[in-house]
Amino acid sequence: MSRLRYAFYPGCTAHASARDYTRSTYATFRALGIELEEVPGWSCCGSTAVPNVDPLLGMALCARNLALAESTGLDLAVTCNACYANLAPTLEAYREDRRVRDRLQRVLDAVDRHLEGEVEVRHGVHILTRDLGLDRVEEGVRRPLDGLKAVPYYGCLLSRPRNPYDDPENPTSLDELLATLGVEVLPFERKTKCCGGSFMNTKEEVALRLTFEILEEARERGAHVIVCACPLCQLNLDAYRAKLRARYGTYHDTPVLYFTQVVGLALGLDRRDLAIGQSFVPADRVLGLR
Amino acid sequence: MARIGVYVCHCGTNIAGTVDVAAVRDFAAALPGVVVARDYQYMCSDPGQDLIRKDIAEMGLDRVVVASCSPRMHEPTFRRALESAGLNGYLLEMANIREHVSWVTTDVAAATRKAKALVAGAVRRVVLHEPLQERYADVTPQALVVGGGIAGIEAALKIADAGFRVHLVEKEPSIGGQMAKLDKTFPTLDCSACILTPKMVAVAQHPNIVLHTYSEVERVEGFVGNFRVTIRHKARFVDMQKCTGCGTCWSKCPYTAPNEFDEGLGKRKLIYIPFPQAVPNKPVIDRDRCVKLQSGKCGACQKLCPTGAIDFNQQDELVEENVGAIVVATGYSLFDPSRGPWGYGRYPNVLTALQFERMVNASGPTGGHVQLQDGSTPRAVAILHCIGSRDTNYHEYCSNVCCMYSLKLAHLVKEKTGAEVYNFYIDIRAFGKAYEEFYNRVQSEGVYFIRGKGAEVGSRDGRLLVRCEDTLLGKYREIPVDMVILSPAMEPRPDAARVSQVFGIQRSADGFFLEAHAKLEPLKTATDGVFIAGACQGPKDIPYSVAQGAGAAAEVLRLLSAGRVTISPVVAQVAEEVCSGCRACLPICPYRALTYDEGMKVVRVNEALCKGCGTCAAACPSGALSVSHFRTPQVLAQIEEVLAV
Repeated sequence: MSRLRYAFYPGCTAHASARDYTRSTYATFRALGIELEEVPGWSCCGSTAVPNVDPLLGMALCARNLALAESTGLDLAVTCNACYANLAPTLEAYREDRRVRDRLQRVLDAVDRHLEGEVEVRHGVHILTRDLGLDRVEEGVRRPLDGLKAVPYYGCLLSRPRNPYDDPENPTSLDELLATLGVEVLPFERKTKCCGGSFMNTKEEVALRLTFEILEEARERGAHVIVCACPLCQLNLDAYRAKLRARYGTYHDTPVLYFTQVVGLALGLDRRDLAIGQSFVPADRVLGLR
Repeated sequence: MARIGVYVCHCGTNIAGTVDVAAVRDFAAALPGVVVARDYQYMCSDPGQDLIRKDIAEMGLDRVVVASCSPRMHEPTFRRALESAGLNGYLLEMANIREHVSWVTTDVAAATRKAKALVAGAVRRVVLHEPLQERYADVTPQALVVGGGIAGIEAALKIADAGFRVHLVEKEPSIGGQMAKLDKTFPTLDCSACILTPKMVAVAQHPNIVLHTYSEVERVEGFVGNFRVTIRHKARFVDMQKCTGCGTCWSKCPYTAPNEFDEGLGKRKLIYIPFPQAVPNKPVIDRDRCVKLQSGKCGACQKLCPTGAIDFNQQDELVEENVGAIVVATGYSLFDPSRGPWGYGRYPNVLTALQFERMVNASGPTGGHVQLQDGSTPRAVAILHCIGSRDTNYHEYCSNVCCMYSLKLAHLVKEKTGAEVYNFYIDIRAFGKAYEEFYNRVQSEGVYFIRGKGAEVGSRDGRLLVRCEDTLLGKYREIPVDMVILSPAMEPRPDAARVSQVFGIQRSADGFFLEAHAKLEPLKTATDGVFIAGACQGPKDIPYSVAQGAGAAAEVLRLLSAGRVTISPVVAQVAEEVCSGCRACLPICPYRALTYDEGMKVVRVNEALCKGCGTCAAACPSGALSVSHFRTPQVLAQIEEVLAV
């Protein structure tokens, strides 16, 4: 069977606050026969700040990274929702809109780069559920996670405003992936509701309120763990429990794991290879439930 | 040598304001064959027509050209004028110098020049016209009405009362349609069954109505006045002559299935009548589930039937009927709200309005009690307007009736339970007679109206939660309730595509059946003799459906009482000695008017179906097909003259 290979776009958090996500991604993908090679010379995608201030700059940053990826001859794998929500639409606009293409080509010319538009952008969730396929994931499961109750948190950028596979408001890719591992996936209304994102820096009370509601519902549903697919989602949901207690009087102790960590556990990988234990809220209780 | 009269109309200032009519008149007078050219204010008026008649009589005209408005306006008028003066009406040619000239430019010089060109072309062509005769075909004095809902019932009764036989075909085991499912009707709060069932009984008892229930139309052939329809009588497995409707069979049947009439809320037996007031009041066997039919076991109904009316060997039966006119009144379906974020199918106690109608109906699954799935009475109920309507994700149109029935349901909930009722709306559309008054009444009963569409239904602490933007308060709100009623869009029925093809009806972009003219011909279709009525044409309430049913009956009666239809002489004709039988024309005809004679190996035209569009004549590689009144020499002559000016 041919192996899947991707150029890996880490994004700004991958080697810093989300290094546990990156480590688990490499370990889990390798165990499933997927090779990742970091794109040499990659730079920031613009995240949420740049496109709001200067749309052309936002697209130019992405176009450069797409060009770098294309020159490797591989499709581009991303594991951050904001990176995905910048890179994929930039590529689509580049392909479909003549004016965008012309402007971006001029920008790229100025840095001696060229983009044909033949690269694809794939989010890690779609790589496992579509490119590899749930059947192959299921084949690799050594330790089914029966008894583990989880809610999938997609964040607001993975499926909205649109994506190739799921209903934007009620996506099911992550639900299906977790179910393949034996996890009991609980219904979760807030699966695509915003956590506040970078408002945690600029308007904290708004982000705290939104994060609180997500954690509240997870707790009400009886979830043992929240599973997410983006480093900023994980950060907001994981790192502000003390502030939330101070504000709302409730302490939520539900751990937040990356989907790559959960898949890796089901594949039988060691928790250290999956970097479990590097988040604020401990997940040990979760591990004891298998 | 032709003797042509040319008449240039001012049309008040419509034409004369832009075209120099005197110059056009003088230009026409000098054309070959023209013996008189006049201009006049309003050629279509009596004095205007008199000008033509007088000149025909006194000057011996044998051809007439009228330069005026579009022939779609007054061609029949001027044809009649010629006929009344003893000249064949097809010896007329019109030049459209209004819609094609004065109404599309303000440049007087260009307009006058074009008017002259068009008149020259008309003069040259009219010489080549030949006298043509309209012909007639008899109309079969019977009608077909498809669909036994309120619109179809109304049409059938009106036609039958006028003395003509009507075949009423209904696919369900009983007539009554969706209206039979309703509890009360707005704005009067009349009990729906109470006003409907007398009409249903009238249909059953009418000597002129032949009722075909549990039947569908499979094929329609022929043309206006002369349709031949094939109807499938689906096997009920019950002998309708022997059955007395005593009910022993359905009370003893050991098996149940979801009840379609109760919109899935209740259960019915596998031998059943859909509702107590069904017409006919005789049961049908669910052939897909009946244990006897599927596996040979049971047969309890047959053993217990006192008249031996159960017949498991019954087969579907095809019958053919000849009718002169058809009314299609096949009704509507409802949008499936599980397609959106309103909790339907995800949370308990989220219902469609039609499901709630069944719940609140005394003969429904809960005996008329408003209750949650656990049997308790709700303390708060939300009614969400515009689910699937006015929504570019689903249907852009407004479904006409939902605001009114949402008000009605609010009233019924309040009356039966005293619960808090919240209507989430975008606008309140209370457009009909006594509708606004009903709205005011419901407001005064203490129902809460929130001007903000119910965007999402979730759950919290075991209750349902409606999320909305209250646009009058300017706030996001979450309203906890126990029950959510969704007002879904009215949609075309799922089989609308197939049905439209059987009857030769077109559909509009929203999928409903297409009327011939949006304003002035709401009941005619592209196929002569086929009419539409009721919600199959578009969302509408009961009064409008009844009015359309009666209107369709009038259309039918016009045909049937005339006794004959006129067949236009402007039709395609085949020069059989030239036709090679290549049949390139057959699939091109939009009206299915061409057939191939295998024996003679030539194509034949059905002149009653043919509308003279000329598509076949244009496609015919050998020139065997041509359209009378539009023969090649006529058209070419016109083109030459127009271009020469």
